[in-house]
Amino acid sequence: MLAALIIVFREVIEAGLIVGIVLAATTSVRFRGRWISFGVGAGVLGACVVAAFAGQIANLFSGAGQELFNASILLLAVAMLAWHNVWMAGHGREMARHMKTMGAAVSAGERSLAALAVVVGVAVLREGSEVVLFLYGIGQSTTPISMLTGGLLGLAGGAAVSALMYFGLLAIPPGKLFRTTAWLITLLAAGMASQAVLFLQNGGYLNILTRSLWDTSWLLPDGGEGITAIIGKMLHTLVGYTAAPDGAQLIAYVATTAVILGLMRWERARHPRGKMVPRPA
Amino acid sequence: MFSRLMIFPAGLLVALAACGNESPGIPVTLKDHRFTPAEIHVKANEPALITLSNQDGAAEEFDSTSLKVEKVVPGGETGSVRIRPLSPGRYPFIGEYHADTARGVVVAD
Repeated sequence: MLAALIIVFREVIEAGLIVGIVLAATTSVRFRGRWISFGVGAGVLGACVVAAFAGQIANLFSGAGQELFNASILLLAVAMLAWHNVWMAGHGREMARHMKTMGAAVSAGERSLAALAVVVGVAVLREGSEVVLFLYGIGQSTTPISMLTGGLLGLAGGAAVSALMYFGLLAIPPGKLFRTTAWLITLLAAGMASQAVLFLQNGGYLNILTRSLWDTSWLLPDGGEGITAIIGKMLHTLVGYTAAPDGAQLIAYVATTAVILGLMRWERARHPRGKMVPRPA
Repeated sequence: MFSRLMIFPAGLLVALAACGNESPGIPVTLKDHRFTPAEIHVKANEPALITLSNQDGAAEEFDSTSLKVEKVVPGGETGSVRIRPLSPGRYPFIGEYHADTARGVVVAD
């Protein structure tokens, strides 16, 4: 039961932390509940489909289908997170100021919500498909009831920790919340890019700079068993902490952070304080 | 804005190198949630390929932090697990869904 609890807890927390950040980043946007729920729902549905076709997906691209699939959806999420952050850098101020009166900003804000709904959907799909496969295996185990109980407790625990982080973020004063979530989303995207590189390497592509640069797993492992491993895994999900990154992963992490911050600065400069510049098509 | 941002992942995909010459896969089977062989020897500093045949009904995730691998192999299926060039040493792995019995180690020498 404990094993089931830990496995489900870990997967739920990985998706849950991402949902928590997205919710905190969109506190001032209308209809966010609708969009994020849609993302979670589509993710759960997608997880079942991916789990059902896991064998077929894995066999694509001479056995590298699973890795390419994971890398692709991670890079999609990176692009969506980047787009959201850059867009908010240009429009966030006006949106916060004119939220109630400006219909245009609301509908444009929805476009950014759609991008984040994709991110949520992808996160739930990735982690959810593993939970579905695991739960399917439970049906064939000798102690299905105990395992199922563990799984449900893991689900509740993961949801509780994610909610805790969300309310923790909400405790940040509104003026600083935007800055905080912008950083969290940037590092979330950087971590996902680094993870995508790992999947590409494991799929047999991008075989460069595969040596680990350092190894801090003695201090804080980012996977495996034990309580420190869970903390490491949470930091891995949140900010892309990797105990033993290789060169290509580090380049992806730094480059993603630099590109997002650079584009945010550029977009902010295009939208001087207080003026609403029409968005180019 | 959006199309510009897509250049980054697209560029990364273009930069992909095709997979090099790999030694033929090392067959490993998983049955009753145990790996056979549980100790897999590979040459140090060379990429290797493990062909994992999951003969159980349930899916398993080949998981190793030190090997930097997470690979799901559904029940009754065979999955390729690529091992990056390793420094000499022992690299433990588990079947995440049945970690009490599904354990093994890759030895690079």
